[in-house]
Amino acid sequence: MTPPLNEPPPPVVEMRGISLAFPGVKALQDVDFRLFPGEVHALMGENGAGKSTLIKTLTGVHRPDGGQVVLGGDEVAFSSPGEAQHAGISTVYQEVNLCANLTVAENILLGREPRRFGGIDFPAMRKRAGEVLARIGVHIDPGSSLGEHPIAVQQLVAIARAIAVDCRVLVLDEPTSSLDAGEVAELFRIMRVLRDEGVAILFVSHFLDQVYEISDRMTVLRNGSLVGEHLTADVDRRTLIAQMIGRDLGALEAIEDAAEKRHPDGPVLLHASELGRRGAIDPFDLEIRAGEVVGLAGLLGSGRTELARLLFGADRADSGRLVVDGKPLRLRGPRSAIAAGIAFSSEDRKGEGLVADLSIRDNLVLAMQAARGWTRPLPRRTKDQLVEKYLKALDIRPANPDALVRTLSGGNQQKVLLARWLVTEPRLLILDEPTRGIDIGAKAQIQQLVTTLAAEGTAVLFISAELEEVVRISDRIVVLRDRRKIAELDGSVTGVDEVVELIAGGAAPEKVVS
Amino acid sequence: MKNRLLWPLLALAALLLLNLIVTPSFFSLRMQDGALYGGLVDVLKNGAPTLLIALGMTLVIATRGIDLSVGAVAAIAGAVTCVHIGTSGSAGTAIAGMAIALVLCAVLGLWNGFLVAGLGIQPIIATLVLMTAGRGVAMLVTEGQIVTVNNTAYKQVGAGFLVLPISILISLLVLGLVAFVTRKTALGMLIEAVGVNPEASRLAGVRSRTIIWTVYVFAAVCAGIAGLMISSNVSAADANNAGLWIEMDAILAVVIGGTSLAGGRYSLTGTLLGALIIQTLTTTVYTIGVAPEVTLVFKAVVVIAVCLVQAPKARAALSFRKVAVPS
Repeated sequence: MTPPLNEPPPPVVEMRGISLAFPGVKALQDVDFRLFPGEVHALMGENGAGKSTLIKTLTGVHRPDGGQVVLGGDEVAFSSPGEAQHAGISTVYQEVNLCANLTVAENILLGREPRRFGGIDFPAMRKRAGEVLARIGVHIDPGSSLGEHPIAVQQLVAIARAIAVDCRVLVLDEPTSSLDAGEVAELFRIMRVLRDEGVAILFVSHFLDQVYEISDRMTVLRNGSLVGEHLTADVDRRTLIAQMIGRDLGALEAIEDAAEKRHPDGPVLLHASELGRRGAIDPFDLEIRAGEVVGLAGLLGSGRTELARLLFGADRADSGRLVVDGKPLRLRGPRSAIAAGIAFSSEDRKGEGLVADLSIRDNLVLAMQAARGWTRPLPRRTKDQLVEKYLKALDIRPANPDALVRTLSGGNQQKVLLARWLVTEPRLLILDEPTRGIDIGAKAQIQQLVTTLAAEGTAVLFISAELEEVVRISDRIVVLRDRRKIAELDGSVTGVDEVVELIAGGAAPEKVVS
Repeated sequence: MKNRLLWPLLALAALLLLNLIVTPSFFSLRMQDGALYGGLVDVLKNGAPTLLIALGMTLVIATRGIDLSVGAVAAIAGAVTCVHIGTSGSAGTAIAGMAIALVLCAVLGLWNGFLVAGLGIQPIIATLVLMTAGRGVAMLVTEGQIVTVNNTAYKQVGAGFLVLPISILISLLVLGLVAFVTRKTALGMLIEAVGVNPEASRLAGVRSRTIIWTVYVFAAVCAGIAGLMISSNVSAADANNAGLWIEMDAILAVVIGGTSLAGGRYSLTGTLLGALIIQTLTTTVYTIGVAPEVTLVFKAVVVIAVCLVQAPKARAALSFRKVAVPS
């Protein structure tokens, strides 16, 4: 592995053996990372791979449990983002963190305004801001108010703010997610200008085409571990995707034996024809049988969550029909889906799943209670029996029904969420990333549970970023790319490689940047 | 739970103690014509409307909302009833007037619920509409006059006694009812779930809108009953001043009682304590003879003190030991 230049300069950032654990999760394990001056370095990985954790460790938001961070040859330990910025590490986040009601110049120099006679020297401020903007070739009036400009320009102002201080390292976290092709090209032009000035740029994006266009080098993470560091030119898409999605054998091999490939021939439970929602997922056909595990495979943003949300009525479809049990079903919201025996465990456990400030007991019975309505409370004894049953069945710890869900580890929270739906005895269980960000033990338990449920006749729609996992437990695999269903494969004969091939499928033409 | 209520309880005790020191007769009670009189009874009687409104406010705040219109709604209830009674002295007219007023209040609650749950307007803005417009409605009803009535039946609601003041009996009855309904049915849990995480609750199938709608109607009806007490106590309807700023007292009572403005878990007992603290504070201002021009400052200082001692950080600083503060 050679740096892009012939005479390699020493890395400006070197992270060695970084480890960081959150309760119940090992977010980073022994990760090495190097960033050279004058390069654009892409940090790659699926959700939960540890990208943002690694960035936050670099920018002083988190402190690593182990390992060292070396900046320009000196070991550093930032205790706040401010310190990191002072040392020359600037970060621009996905959402623009600026004040729309202030002027462009004020935003660029907020907190470090030039002063004169104890007041702010506005002419000097506009001049300095103008210089910074000129450096990256953005020609707007520094005295105009930021809110007048489109989001893309605001993003460039955020970058101007980041480089207004002496900045050696610029971190861009998903800067392109809300930009169109022309704006992306403008951003890339600026990134190249800065790169040529010697700034080290760390770039995160889940658009592969963009990564291949702009980056010189990449580091791939998976499950909090380093998978590899490559020159972008040396690694093709297929290899990259395979690395990101990965093979995570070992601890999970036990499941493989349990989940012998079956050919469920239960009655058709759900049939979607031409179901779709503009801007979310193109119309698709899908059939799910009782006792069948259908896996959804695709990269982040491929439409896997969007598809699931349509089937649950979390979002409304604007085309197509849904037939459940041979009868047409119009989903007006989650309630009608729940009434039809459909359950949906969201990928966003904290935001859309659990009610963090309520107890395990309340969270467990929430869906069932909601279906009964508030006037018919579950009798205390039934409640206790249910709670006791699922605490034991899913091995939820602590086994204390009064513990607030907020205090539980990720894996146990996930189990509580699962249990909430199991209580309602659904006929179709939609699991969106049920194993993300949880430890390997809980992961195995959840996969085991899916297999058991299917054997008992429950249909399961299983979504996971980890292809290994999808292939292992699915009877059938639906492959999504760019918000389209592109294939349906027999799970018993499909291998990971085959799915990777489909997902990679060459460049997606509509995302190519001019 | 016990722990959460400890500080409000101590604050109340301290206030009462202060009164006892300044006015040794504060705790003495006497029976006269089958009615109980004394400083404590006054606190209860005068605090009844605040308590009632604070009960409604507790549930609204638990759903992450707030209802600023309760004072105006109280004024409307009093105005409608007094105008309906007019010069009549009959109990029937009084009861009919109160019934009309409360139904109207329920409709006003539906309006608030529509703005918040139906249109998705921020609660503080949505209820601000009725807070300002409501006073105007009350003015229209009373035609800008202070309407006085002379009706013994109506007088009972705010000034009558059944050993204890009838107003506090009504408030305690409503407290009991709310406690029973929210804790014996699943309503309380669903309200909390909606307050903590509306989206997760929706995806779990909770009828969030219906629940939000319900709490605003309940809050408005509570405000209506409180308005009847206020107006009945003086046998008059004053569109401008009845229930003025009572929404602030109610919100304070809820917060002092330990229910977070961020929504979620609520405590009715806490609200009861909060309302008593607010009223005792007001009474104290008079008994210890705080100069009228610094009355509000005095109240503010006490309220800040009570809120501070409940904050984990402040308590940590006070006790000079480290308390885990969730970041």
